Amino acid sequence: MKDKVVKILTFIAAVIILIICGGMVYSLVTGAVPAFEKFGVDFIFKKDWQYTPDNEQYGALPFIVGTLITAFLAVIISFPFSMAVSLFVGEYFKDTKVAAFLGTATELLAGIPSIVYGLWGFYVLRPIMVGMGLSEQGFGIMTSSVVLAIMIIPYAASLSSEFIRMVPNDIKEGAYSLGATKYEVVFHVILPAAASGISSSYILSLGRALGETMAVTMLIGNTNTLPTSLTDTANTMASIIANQFGEAAGLKLSALIAIGLLLFLITALINFIAKMIIKKYAI
Amino acid sequence: MNKLKYRSWKNKFGVFIICFFSLLTAIPLFAIIIKVFVKGIRQINFDFFTKTTPDTFDAMLAVNNGEVIPGGVANGIVGTLLMVLMAAVVAVPPGILCGIYLSENKKGRFSSIVRFVSDILQGTPSIVIGIVVYAFIVVPMKGYSAVAGAISLAIMMLPLIVRSTEESLNMLPSSLKEAGLALGASYSSVVFKVLLPSAFGGIFTGILLAVSRVIGETAPLMLTALGSSMVQWNVLRPSSSISLLIWECYNDPNMQSMIWSASLFLLFVVLLLNFIAKRISLKWRM
Repeated sequence: MKDKVVKILTFIAAVIILIICGGMVYSLVTGAVPAFEKFGVDFIFKKDWQYTPDNEQYGALPFIVGTLITAFLAVIISFPFSMAVSLFVGEYFKDTKVAAFLGTATELLAGIPSIVYGLWGFYVLRPIMVGMGLSEQGFGIMTSSVVLAIMIIPYAASLSSEFIRMVPNDIKEGAYSLGATKYEVVFHVILPAAASGISSSYILSLGRALGETMAVTMLIGNTNTLPTSLTDTANTMASIIANQFGEAAGLKLSALIAIGLLLFLITALINFIAKMIIKKYAI
Repeated sequence: MNKLKYRSWKNKFGVFIICFFSLLTAIPLFAIIIKVFVKGIRQINFDFFTKTTPDTFDAMLAVNNGEVIPGGVANGIVGTLLMVLMAAVVAVPPGILCGIYLSENKKGRFSSIVRFVSDILQGTPSIVIGIVVYAFIVVPMKGYSAVAGAISLAIMMLPLIVRSTEESLNMLPSSLKEAGLALGASYSSVVFKVLLPSAFGGIFTGILLAVSRVIGETAPLMLTALGSSMVQWNVLRPSSSISLLIWECYNDPNMQSMIWSASLFLLFVVLLLNFIAKRISLKWRM
């Protein structure tokens, strides 16, 4: 009797997760319907964002582009650093005190709240950007991407180092016994063997970067036009929602929810791809 | 011979590059902590924890006179405490139960769907969760509230707790469960008296990390809890949080030093939670 209750309870808890996710999709879709009814699929490819009372025009393209550029740029910038950390912790200095220290430091980096990153970016990084002459105010895609890159290093680094650790010892030893140097073992044996796992960890960190809100909102400059260069100001999908949701109503609210739906779909797709790669190629 | 020299040089160069970039990575952490500490420590005093945020005018007067800004972040502390506590109460039981389900039914088709959905939920941007809670809670209740904020935080915590529970249960040797069942213990008492206590360290660490992850969340709270300038114990009213206060002060040029002290406090709490979690997981490791 009691056993049955426990089994049913755990089952209900599992169903709750499904209900929450289903409810999320349901509420996003119903909220987005007015915007898609008004603009059709065109909503995704339109670049105007105007809220003059008689002629409201909303399109998601500038924000989709802004989101993709900042996130990809962040992953590219973070790549050498997270790669170095994962090799440092997972292979070169495996199980040493220094590696443990570096591992903890990167873990703590993941714990710092987004808004604190935003402040730091605003007061420390932005002046540096201005000093380098990259842009007048220091706001923009580049600044946000650098902060995003710091924020996602821990995700990519910790996951990649797990995959690097999982490479079986016998193939490494095989290479060493053939006279390979450490460098050759790392770049010709370990990295190819762990490549799929490592790439999935970067896809997951891309997913993180896509949805990051506060730090980007504080640094990207918040302009609703299509960005033309990497130092341009822009808006991401998350930052336009954070900026305008409070005073939005009617069609604009629906347009913002539609952007939320698109953001959800993009991140879900990215996570799905990463999971599939891990599942298929896991060592 | 030349070739050998080149290879050994390349080998050394590889080590150097790895060390160089790795050490560079550690810099931002310390840069952020030091910056926040230096800028924020001036403002940390007794009032900081007991008084609410001052209005802009008082802050401006104090700044012009070169004094510390009067007041503190008591409204934010109360709000964060209430919301995180409610979120934990809501998220922990179903999270642990769902983790038990997943670890007890490892292979099932339904389990793999649940696992997948919980991963999707974990990857969902916090602002999207804010929108959903806005539509489901704030609109029907006709107002922003601490409850709505707590629910958005709970949704963020849930997949983290599910995963950490599942993983810590999976790490237990199966002989433990078999021994319990062989002694004639019922399934429920094996789960609650053998498995859960043995995995307690891992599960508790997971909960602490989930709390530390949501305690600094701002985006979903902007859409659900809104913020409040006074200490608000009524959970059905709009509430502030430390992170929301940082956001408000950031938008107010007179409150600059308040941002840093609030950030310092937030950072301290988050790092402390991480530290405790690490300690516990080291102690309970089998």
